Amino acid sequence: MKWSNVKYLILRRIVQAALLFLYFAGNYWGWKVLQGDLSTSMLLDKVPLSDPFAVLQIFATGATLGVNVLIGAAIIALFYGIVGGRAFCSWVCPVNMVTDLAAWLRRKLWIDRIERKVWITRNARYYMIVIALIVSALTGLAAFEVISPITILNRGVIFGFGAGAGLLLAIFLFDLFVVKNGWCGHICPLGGVHSILGKYSLIRVTHTSENCTLCMKCKEVCPEVQVLGMIGKRSEDVAKAECTNCGRCVDVCDDDALGFHIRNYLSK
Amino acid sequence: MSQETKKPRISERRRFFTDLAHHAGLGVMGVLLWAGYTEKAKSSPLTLRPPAALGENDFLKTCIKCGLCAEACVNRPQNVDRETGRPRPGTLKMAKAKDPVTIGTPFFNPRDVPCYMCEDIPCVPVCPTGALDPAKVTDPKSGELDFRMMRMGLAIVDPNSCIAFWGIQCDACYRACPLLDEAISLEYDRNPRTGKHAFLKPVVHADVCTGCGLCERACVTEKPAIFILPREIALGKAGAHYVKGWDKKDQQRVEERIGKDVTTHDKSSSESPEDYLNRGLEF
Ligand code: SF4
Ligand code: SF4
Ligand code: SF4
Ligand code: SF4
Repeated sequence: MKWSNVKYLILRRIVQAALLFLYFAGNYWGWKVLQGDLSTSMLLDKVPLSDPFAVLQIFATGATLGVNVLIGAAIIALFYGIVGGRAFCSWVCPVNMVTDLAAWLRRKLWIDRIERKVWITRNARYYMIVIALIVSALTGLAAFEVISPITILNRGVIFGFGAGAGLLLAIFLFDLFVVKNGWCGHICPLGGVHSILGKYSLIRVTHTSENCTLCMKCKEVCPEVQVLGMIGKRSEDVAKAECTNCGRCVDVCDDDALGFHIRNYLSK
Repeated sequence: MSQETKKPRISERRRFFTDLAHHAGLGVMGVLLWAGYTEKAKSSPLTLRPPAALGENDFLKTCIKCGLCAEACVNRPQNVDRETGRPRPGTLKMAKAKDPVTIGTPFFNPRDVPCYMCEDIPCVPVCPTGALDPAKVTDPKSGELDFRMMRMGLAIVDPNSCIAFWGIQCDACYRACPLLDEAISLEYDRNPRTGKHAFLKPVVHADVCTGCGLCERACVTEKPAIFILPREIALGKAGAHYVKGWDKKDQQRVEERIGKDVTTHDKSSSESPEDYLNRGLEF
């Protein structure tokens, strides 16, 4: 295996693991590097970082919030909105490791080649956002936060796992046997929020169709294949919101037809 | 051609409305299922929250489940095991799926680890959302944090299982209380069974007790005879119309009401009492 074929994959795993380790250390040894969890963290004991979707749900319940979370949510929204795109999903979120493993196994076990019987729209995540906000308003409790496998896994690493870990296994099995990329690519409302947030980000994957040999390896690994409609046809950016900037397509392409670049708004 | 004739044709209009109904139906189903689960996911009313927590309903709305309070508690400098030098378990725990508490929210169980009523209350100012509100434990005069203002719950004594009520000498809870002789006092009473011994009965004073649970932790009985309940559960309410005639401060409530109209007005107010009291009666 060539380094250039796994570069972004390995970088992503390092970033994901390092973040989990820092969170763990924040509780276990009291390190003041990254404290709290993915819903709200304190970076270097000074900078708040908050999950904009959790904050939105709390607003829906009608609560008034402290200024720290509001600043934190603004920082996160601006960072992904301007720079990172949907990178949260592939570089930060710990559930990505679970669902990527399921997707990898699907390919290895040829489950992919069996006809798919269950169909879910990829827009389900956007409906989930709306429903989560309605339920939060009706019940007075941030609705996605009580079922979110993301925070269950994240808190599990920091404070110890409980019975909620079963939910992660369920998602793994769902992705493996029921719908390909079912959770991250169809259902997860946090992924939906990050898609919307990151739609106009500067960092994008770009395709050079002159170099493309139509091997279609990129479409095999991409968790959001529908964003790769231009492959072999047009040289352009992967502009659809759902691209997670995971870089797997860049990794597997041996013909230099895919790469990261900074979107240039001026030349258009 | 043949394919087209097999399926009945659906007009664009019909398709639009069917799609609309389909989406609306799925949406309503989703809301109902999810809301039903969310209601069930709320904490048991017996949950004890960190110091300075908002009332349970507002707390559930506001807390983002970040765990900063629990991390501040376990990592406070005083919280080290003298033998190992490692932190002891913290008071505040983040609820897991099987706890009777909303998942991810902080709570404590005093029999395991009580709250030590830290002077600097490190768990409260770190809360980024205001679910723990520093104002609730800040002395309005000095503007400083005052641990005596914490109200996490209230200690309740079960006189049936408290061995001091049996006549056995025990003042474990009394001595464990950080507000010694203020939150718990010992009431002396004659023990008629022996005729020559005294009862030393612990009595909790609700206006002082913070609900820290050090007494529950210290209690010597198998299942604690003194335990912490949330104040909404532990306390009754006499209502505004009972006034302590012997208490100057309470008397003031009456003064405050003089001048205001305190008579009840309803449908019958305009009628004479003979009329409405006798209405519907047969003689
Ligand atoms: S297009 Fe490439 S970077 Fe975007 S999600 Fe697919 S594989 Fe990842
Ligand atoms: S006041 Fe109680 S809950 Fe807060 S840090 Fe101290 S021991 Fe922990
Ligand atoms: S610090 Fe505040 S928002 Fe965070 S878990 Fe504790 S109470 Fe909830
Ligand atoms: S809970 Fe017990 S130890 Fe704590 S203040 Fe109240 S009576 Fe004292």
